[in-house]
Amino acid sequence: MISSVPSINASDRERLRAAHPEVFHRSFLKRYGLLVGSGIVTLYLVVCFFAFNVGPAFMNGQWDRASLYIQDWYSWRAQPRLRFEDNGTVRAQWSSRGQYAQGAEIFWLKPTATGGYTVTYGSDDDRLEVNPSRVDVYVNGTAYPVTITEDAATAPANAPSAIQQDGNKVLVHYGFEGQAEIRTSQVYIQRRFLGWANFLFDTKSDFWGKSWSQLISLATVGERLDPARSNISHMVDDFLGNNVWQHADILWKLMQTLVMAFVGTLLGTIFAFPLAFIAARNITLNRAANWGMKRLFDFLRSVDMLIWALFFTRSFGPGPIPGIAAIFFTDAGALGKVYAEAVENVDDKQREGVKSVGASPVIVNRFGIVPQVLPVFISQSLYFWESNTRSATVIGAVGAGGIGLKLLEAMGTNADWDKVAYMVLLILFVVFLFDNVSNAIRSRLIGGPTH
Amino acid sequence: MATISESNNSGPRGELGPAASMVMQHYRQQLRTRRIYTAISIVVFLIVLFYSLQFANDANAGKFFERLPYFFDFIRSFVPDSPMEIFRAMFDLPSPYADGSLKYNYTADRHYITDTLYIPNFIYQLVITINIALVSTIIGAALAFLLCFFASTNLVGAGATRFVVRRIMEVMRAFPEIVIAGLLTAILSIGPIAAIIAITVHTIGALGKLFFEVVENSDMKPDEGLRAAGASWVERVRFAIVPQVLPNFVSYTLLRAEINVRASTIIGAVGGGGIGEVFRLAIGRDHAAKTYAIIILLLVSIIIIDQFSAWLRRRLIGHQSFEFGRGAA
Repeated sequence: MISSVPSINASDRERLRAAHPEVFHRSFLKRYGLLVGSGIVTLYLVVCFFAFNVGPAFMNGQWDRASLYIQDWYSWRAQPRLRFEDNGTVRAQWSSRGQYAQGAEIFWLKPTATGGYTVTYGSDDDRLEVNPSRVDVYVNGTAYPVTITEDAATAPANAPSAIQQDGNKVLVHYGFEGQAEIRTSQVYIQRRFLGWANFLFDTKSDFWGKSWSQLISLATVGERLDPARSNISHMVDDFLGNNVWQHADILWKLMQTLVMAFVGTLLGTIFAFPLAFIAARNITLNRAANWGMKRLFDFLRSVDMLIWALFFTRSFGPGPIPGIAAIFFTDAGALGKVYAEAVENVDDKQREGVKSVGASPVIVNRFGIVPQVLPVFISQSLYFWESNTRSATVIGAVGAGGIGLKLLEAMGTNADWDKVAYMVLLILFVVFLFDNVSNAIRSRLIGGPTH
Repeated sequence: MATISESNNSGPRGELGPAASMVMQHYRQQLRTRRIYTAISIVVFLIVLFYSLQFANDANAGKFFERLPYFFDFIRSFVPDSPMEIFRAMFDLPSPYADGSLKYNYTADRHYITDTLYIPNFIYQLVITINIALVSTIIGAALAFLLCFFASTNLVGAGATRFVVRRIMEVMRAFPEIVIAGLLTAILSIGPIAAIIAITVHTIGALGKLFFEVVENSDMKPDEGLRAAGASWVERVRFAIVPQVLPNFVSYTLLRAEINVRASTIIGAVGGGGIGEVFRLAIGRDHAAKTYAIIILLLVSIIIIDQFSAWLRRRLIGHQSFEFGRGAA
């Protein structure tokens, strides 16, 4: 069999070695550079791992809470407390975020004939029978009576792992469906459902508890609930005025953030446009003016957006004005730099042509340069507009107001993660929308590929 | 030819002939339409700008023109007692104005290494902030590197894979950083890890997009050569694509490192620790000398990092650097 591997003799080898020294005698850096580099990077990461205490922080993290918070993003909890009254009955007490209207019929929480309550978790096999002196816990159809005395609630000896004794109280876990905490004076119920509770209308609204088909028929053909206004405007009012979800407030704050990004970028563009011509070496033939303008741009750009934001928040109070000012100052610097570079890279022939027919300097710039650089300018500004829509959120959280501050407030309570999820979805939607709009404008202007 | 041009293009006394004047008329008409459109769009822009400004002014806690005089008062009152105070605040030296208040107590926050040798607090915080940025850039770039090949049309035939990877990147890019930082702060308690993860997630999304665009623009001839020799997908990526795109990848990563230093400052102010938080406290409590010390430190470090990375990028890929600034900024 003939070998397919080409072989060369010794003299050929010597000749090749002499002809291409850069291939056969590579420097140490070229040969081992990648290895040494990744070694240094790995070492650095390991040092940081210990310097930042990553291990202990993850060990001490409250991971049980984490799953709770994550579940809150897409589901909601009803949390009634079933209190044992002195007169031998059980009374349901709701938290301030009560998701049910007064006296509403709740399918999973039903009063019994004896004055207690039946709480079902998903199916009838998993339920609690709450009576003042005894709570019957049903797990997979088997009853486990929990006795309640003055001092303690006690689980039976044969209880499964879903029922746990914790001091003088008993914890019952039903997985995602919820849990219960049986104490001597009350049973604290947590019942979880997929979705967001009362997202459209709060319990005070006339439309609360109506199904989609009912709502649609009310909106189209149904009689007016309030004779003074149509059902649709009534619905819009009730939706925006939803006390739990605060739609009007959130949309208002989102609008503030968008205005911050838009006005800040627009003002930055308007400001940077003329100054870029002063900074460009081929337009303004004064080295001192070029240098001064470029250092001004550097200064505006390098002072962090955070510094500008806090500085103006301190002087104008929280709101969109500091946000606009912060974005304006940073963007004027960044755009000015980019614009000046674009002007310096311009093709000089057009200018010479306009100059040769005796045009004034302003006309030379207007017809010799602006048509060349305008598409670049606009596409740059659009890029900045996009990224500012994102950074305006963060700037807002620092104190400039808008949706960022609202997000921070909602996260601070640790109970409103569903609202956080709602705002995140709104932000994602707006960012995608703006990305596509600015991509469309840009590709029409300069005809590039779109992603 | 001559007769046509005589009869059509120029009239008897240097005027335009019928054909040329028709062209002229069309040109004027187009110019007029164009000018009208320009004027309309400028007017619309101005109206939107006016109402946006009014909206912003109404929504703000302090009104612009009411607050303007206070603004100048604020600047005038926000002057340190002496220029040396800024220096003392920066290096945690005792102040001659010390009256026991937090404002002049610079020495309390020293981080002692030995009994006498210490790191000034602001520099310590600055180092933390820069390290947060570096770590998240490294991890983010590594993960974006792994992801980007699955998002590029020239390497992955399956549209579904590309679609999923690109959407994942988009969500990572657009997801508000403060939410990730806030959620992790609630779980892991306050510290730099929340900031690192928040910035890393954003970095993966942003760099991933830039990376796969580079990969899509790469020359496919080496890939064809390797494919003809029977190389596997991994080998083709490793020996045909990676050597081409690596300089651009590195320069994007450097650019991202610059941006991440700013991002980690901001996230710090929202609860991630580091210099951002110290700065927010200093300016909120009217500690002028500390504020100026931090501004100077930040300004100097950002300028140094920018210049250094710009120099490195120029060495790597020459004057293309300007082109690359676009998408990432």
